Amino acid sequence: MESSFFFGLSTMAYMLAMVVYIVHIAFRKKAIGVSATGLTVFGFAAQTLALGLRWHEFYQLSGMGILRSIPLTNLYESLIFFVWCLILGYLIVEFRYKNRSFGAFVTPVAGIALLFISLSGMSTQIEPLVPALQSNWLLAHVTLSFISYSAFALAFSTGLMYLVATTEKKTEGSYIFWTVSLGIFVSVLLAMGLDFVRFRGAGLAPGSGAFIRDFLFKSSFESGSGAVRLISYIAAVAIVFLTWRYGTALKRVIESFKLQPAVLDEVTYKSIAIGFPIFTLGALVFGAIWANQAWGVYWSWDPKETWSLITWFIYAFYLHARFLRGWRGRKISMVAVMGFVAVVFTYLGVNLLLSGLHSYGSQ
Amino acid sequence: MASKSFSDKVWSFFASIKLAVVLFALIGLTSIVGTIIEQQAPYRTNIEVLTHFVGAGLAPSAYKALHALGFMNMYRSWWFLTLLMLFAVNLLVCSTERFPGIWRTMRAPMRPLSADAMIKMSIRKEFRLHDSPAALEKKAVSGMKSLGFRAARHEEEGGAFELYAQKHAWSRSGVYVTHFSILVILIGALLGIFLGFQGMLNLPEGYSTNIAFSRSADLSDPSQDSLRASLMSGLDAAGGNFRLAAQAAGEDVAAFKKSLERVGLIPLDFHVLCQQFEVRYYGTSDMPRSYRSLLTVIKGGRPVLSQWVRVNHPLTYDGVTFYQSSYGLMDDLSNGTAVLTVKSPGGQTGTQRLKIGQSFLIPGTKETVKLVEFNPALAFDDSGRPITYSRMMTNPAVRVEIKDGKMAASKWILQRYPETWNLPDGSSVGLKDFWGVEYTGLEVRKDPGVWVVYLGCITLSLGLFMAFFLSHKKIWVRIEPGRKGARLLIAGTSSKNKQAFERDMEKLYREFEKGGG
Repeated sequence: MESSFFFGLSTMAYMLAMVVYIVHIAFRKKAIGVSATGLTVFGFAAQTLALGLRWHEFYQLSGMGILRSIPLTNLYESLIFFVWCLILGYLIVEFRYKNRSFGAFVTPVAGIALLFISLSGMSTQIEPLVPALQSNWLLAHVTLSFISYSAFALAFSTGLMYLVATTEKKTEGSYIFWTVSLGIFVSVLLAMGLDFVRFRGAGLAPGSGAFIRDFLFKSSFESGSGAVRLISYIAAVAIVFLTWRYGTALKRVIESFKLQPAVLDEVTYKSIAIGFPIFTLGALVFGAIWANQAWGVYWSWDPKETWSLITWFIYAFYLHARFLRGWRGRKISMVAVMGFVAVVFTYLGVNLLLSGLHSYGSQ
Repeated sequence: MASKSFSDKVWSFFASIKLAVVLFALIGLTSIVGTIIEQQAPYRTNIEVLTHFVGAGLAPSAYKALHALGFMNMYRSWWFLTLLMLFAVNLLVCSTERFPGIWRTMRAPMRPLSADAMIKMSIRKEFRLHDSPAALEKKAVSGMKSLGFRAARHEEEGGAFELYAQKHAWSRSGVYVTHFSILVILIGALLGIFLGFQGMLNLPEGYSTNIAFSRSADLSDPSQDSLRASLMSGLDAAGGNFRLAAQAAGEDVAAFKKSLERVGLIPLDFHVLCQQFEVRYYGTSDMPRSYRSLLTVIKGGRPVLSQWVRVNHPLTYDGVTFYQSSYGLMDDLSNGTAVLTVKSPGGQTGTQRLKIGQSFLIPGTKETVKLVEFNPALAFDDSGRPITYSRMMTNPAVRVEIKDGKMAASKWILQRYPETWNLPDGSSVGLKDFWGVEYTGLEVRKDPGVWVVYLGCITLSLGLFMAFFLSHKKIWVRIEPGRKGARLLIAGTSSKNKQAFERDMEKLYREFEKGGG
């Protein structure tokens, strides 16, 4: 059996689970909730199996040790692992807090991420490793980094939900903050969707890496024509404005989930309290040790390193604001949201937009 | 009231959290600029980057402004290092201010509590039981022991007594261990900057040197170029001997080495020789699977250490570490030596080394093989003419002329394709290597601070573990014997993670709920 079959199976299970979670929120029947959880667990099991199979395929192809063959060497594989960690984290939260409402938020993120992976034409090939990646540190550095990214992603979603659920006035700083962030996020997603349509239209083979290099934002913000660029920015501003104008509708949806803001705040904190030490150890410390072994320098201010440091600063700020100044609620949730923006940039932005030593993932 | 003294003012300036926030923000924001502008990059690269942001017209002046502010090499600029230093002082002062209070809390002996105080605690439970006080005490001690608490005992007048214990009081220092570790890491980085160096070296096969090129050399100053060249030629004339070169220049050795360092040349106390360099590829592709160099350290004219160096597996000698980082092909290919494996029809095997133009006789035959030309990356164009398709030695091949009496034939022998090695008469000539035309690219580093940095990383991890995964827990169990059985009060506190602690406490309660009752 091929790993891609099980990846497809898990994508479908997550998308289906999203629908069932939403139905569950609407009707609040226990049986529906249990089947939503069942679907998620099934998707998770399929994905675990797929990961195991891919690991095995890689092990047999590469002829290296089993520990060095962990499939975490390009954007495709790392996104899949990220989704796996996210679902695992979500299932833990569901069982601990006996609350299924987050499911309606987390499963679509997982499903969309997997769908994006399979549609974007990212390379799904098992690629041979460049010599720098042939190290046992790969396993420790990359897995721990992604576990912490997933914890931060969870903190982001609960933090954002807290903001949506508790802001009242349209002139409030925190209301403006979350609607503008969401508006930008939607604009970027739409722009990428547009690029994708053009990419498909061009009839290029997926996996050539051409999508990111030649198409990403090229039909909107980075277009060759100035008029298109202008229209894109005006459209983005309009989307941000509409999100701001009608954001209260989303608030009513979140309210119907009957989530306690205090629980959201706590889950945000706990996710960061777990993610931060893991990030420090796995991403920064292990990364430094490996860099010293491979490149002869434990810290070189490479863009990836610098952005992880910025991320680390933001979460350190979160923790200090909470403990020293007693920040709670809206103020601190905004920090959690900003922290994840830095995470996304560290993970994707650096590879897509900046150059440096860590450019493995950009194929 | 007397106004605050100057030193008080300085202290409270550094003790403020506001300063920490401002420094965090400044370091973060300037770092972002540093990730967009490529550091230590050629002029054209950053002009392109700036054109993207401000347009082609403004790009040169934006470049000039940013260059003047040090943004082209900002992580080594005086102002960025100052920000880091201020951050370190801020961290030290803030931690020093708060640490004594935490230290007292950690060291304070635990005291028994009154029943009233226990009833006010949020995690507590009360029982009325018929067991004898001695039996209850036994259960309490064993229950606390199974949670990892060693109970102390306090007896009051009137027969009531209390068992109490605390655990992981020292975990309260986790935050300070973390902060202190960051300072240790910064000290380690400073040691590396002042006592170490970062250099690089492109060493061709068969060459040795005792000079590395500093990464922080200012390559934009042309006057240094000529100085470098004259120093290097002086050193070459002295056969790489610093003492002789210094004598020739009329300097003492230390001054000569200083003048080398001033122009970005790092003198080493030994020679390093590249004996051999090789690349292995994935299958028939040109993607390198691994590459390695056989380096030999020569000290006082004698080889003292030989080791294969490959990516992730460096060589260290005398505090200097050599990392495999790149490789390449030299411009002049005429000095290479082909290493050929020769098998005669009778089955005898041997190795032949020869330069272009030389020839040899295959043993047991009358065939002479003459080396005609070398191609580092052989391919054939549409009309069948040989071409060189890359600037790397990705498909090394030699053309040989085989003469047998009157008959002469020409043939390409490819290193990566052994099927090209066979000759019609059953002998074979294989290309093992074309030696002496590739160079190995090495990072040369000395960093005496790296162990301090690692130590800081270890304590940083321990500190974070203490700060996030351990908590200071206290438990009190009070037993008040009455006429009918006893009143039992259990209470506890935890500095963090109350829920997990409550689960532990439930276990303790259960000791008394089961049986007895």
